[in-house]
Amino acid sequence: MRSLSWRAGAGFAVGAVLLFGVAPFALSDFRLSLLAKYLCLAMVAVGIGLAWGRGGLLTLGQGVFFGLGGYAMAMHMKLADAGPGEMPDFMQLYGQLDALPWWWRPFANPAFALPATVLLPMLVAFLLGSLVFRRRVRGAYFAILSQALAAAMAILLIGQQGTTGGTNGLTDFQGFFGYDLDDPVNQRMVYFIVAGVLLLLLAIARQLMRSRYGELLVAVRDSEERVRFLGYNPANVKLVAYVTAAGMAGLAGALFVPAVGIINPALIGIVPSIEFVIGVAVGGRASLLGPVLGAVAVAWAKTTLSEEFPAAWTYLQGLLFVLVVAFLPGGLASVVRLLRRRRRPPPDPAPVSPAPVVAQEVTA
Amino acid sequence: MSGTGLVVRDLRVVFDGFAAVDGVDLEVAPGDIRFLIGPNGAGKTTLVDAVTGLVKATGSARFGDEELLGRPVHRIARMGVGRTFQTATVFEELTVLQNLDIAAGAGRGALTLLRRRRSVPAAVSAALETIGLAALRDLPAGSLAHGQKQWLEIGMLLVQDVKLLLLDEPVAGMSHDERDATGELLRVVSADRTVVVIEHDMDFMRNFANTVTVLHAGKVLSQGTVAQVQADPAVQQVYLGVG
Repeated sequence: MRSLSWRAGAGFAVGAVLLFGVAPFALSDFRLSLLAKYLCLAMVAVGIGLAWGRGGLLTLGQGVFFGLGGYAMAMHMKLADAGPGEMPDFMQLYGQLDALPWWWRPFANPAFALPATVLLPMLVAFLLGSLVFRRRVRGAYFAILSQALAAAMAILLIGQQGTTGGTNGLTDFQGFFGYDLDDPVNQRMVYFIVAGVLLLLLAIARQLMRSRYGELLVAVRDSEERVRFLGYNPANVKLVAYVTAAGMAGLAGALFVPAVGIINPALIGIVPSIEFVIGVAVGGRASLLGPVLGAVAVAWAKTTLSEEFPAAWTYLQGLLFVLVVAFLPGGLASVVRLLRRRRRPPPDPAPVSPAPVVAQEVTA
Repeated sequence: MSGTGLVVRDLRVVFDGFAAVDGVDLEVAPGDIRFLIGPNGAGKTTLVDAVTGLVKATGSARFGDEELLGRPVHRIARMGVGRTFQTATVFEELTVLQNLDIAAGAGRGALTLLRRRRSVPAAVSAALETIGLAALRDLPAGSLAHGQKQWLEIGMLLVQDVKLLLLDEPVAGMSHDERDATGELLRVVSADRTVVVIEHDMDFMRNFANTVTVLHAGKVLSQGTVAQVQADPAVQQVYLGVG
């Protein structure tokens, strides 16, 4: 036990050195801001790894929560750019509104907007999850439902151009809590925040996975009915994982906005929601680090390959997903495990246990 | 005599017009080991499903002072009613210890759940000894032999601290020695609990049953001690053959 947590500490230390010590010096400002973007996507992946990998909930609609967090942050930044009492630039441009819509107003206050980036997605996930899990909607039906929700949210945003920026989304941010976002030093700071938050989310996910709750979550994934006969309500167990994953996706969306400078419906609809899951599947959904590495690798490949072959990336991504699902269901993380097992001789097969030693037990 | 008894009155389970359980009356005294036998389709498993909340039923099933019918599965489980399934259902990817720890923990609060297990609960170690799997506690349950999985399931019921165990064919596929060991285990368990066993194995029943209920086509055909039931001509006709 002690050696395990020592190893985990070492792992976090290596991750921190890579993210804080090596990457900022090895990468150009442009590449570093790309890495910040990938790390935001990786935060979503950490949540999916928990909900899908451990809990069996195929969350095909994490874009909804990513978008809620992203828009909450973007609305605040837009209002901060505009100054007190003013409307954001795009609203003045379209000229349909005389005053700020009521639901924009609270986001002017950072004390509301910042918690909202996490709590709003969690609240939506809680309401949705309470309805869905209690009615025992699961498997493909749950996946389709979450997918439909992502589509609905994107369509809603596009339809409300006057108040949400429509297809263009919210962009052209000047500052982030008073810091000029055009300044590379401040961009670098955003990167550091992103990297720090990712490590924090990993620590939270690790604690959840190794806790008794984590064991229970796996039990629910593998045999929900059996867990029910042990006196638990599986709906609550799933709800915790789902709400946690939603909060992580919301935080990721919130940091994505200052890191990348835009949030729009194309970033949160069906396609990005599926891409989140592809990254997790490629990396290995049931492991802690697999989703992170998979998300970063797939996002990186997307950038690199779509620079070279813009049309081919979609097909490559599809192929990658099919190959992983067909031949490597445990993802890249399972390759590491396979190699490790091959290097070490297998442990002795399970010894045949004696029959229960009942008689002594009773009298004792 | 200790534990709590089960009283079933006029229990009916109907699937699309077909009465799988058709007005069953059953009384299991506290501390009894009751065997439910009967041909395939007699309604044995459906009866257990109804009592544990898995299928809807009419009539009454009282456990102590509490009515079981109409409550959700996990509430019935918390009232001290536990069951196993025909195919051993354990959490294959978790270790034996983890399986038992989960079974012991339905009443745990959020804070306990969010922390790691620091030590083995006393009930869990005791159950590990009772079911004879102490040496295998860190193996994944999926790697256990069939009989060991069944014992693990019984162990899970023990740490769950149920007062009524409903076991669905616990010795199916077991060797002769394993059957005897399981029977001894049931005797131990019934010291302060009530046990109901669905079984096809007649030898096993003769050796370990206290009382027997024979079901046939959703109805109770005969009830009594092993000898009484075996002597019942109706039972001989439909089920036991010439005994």
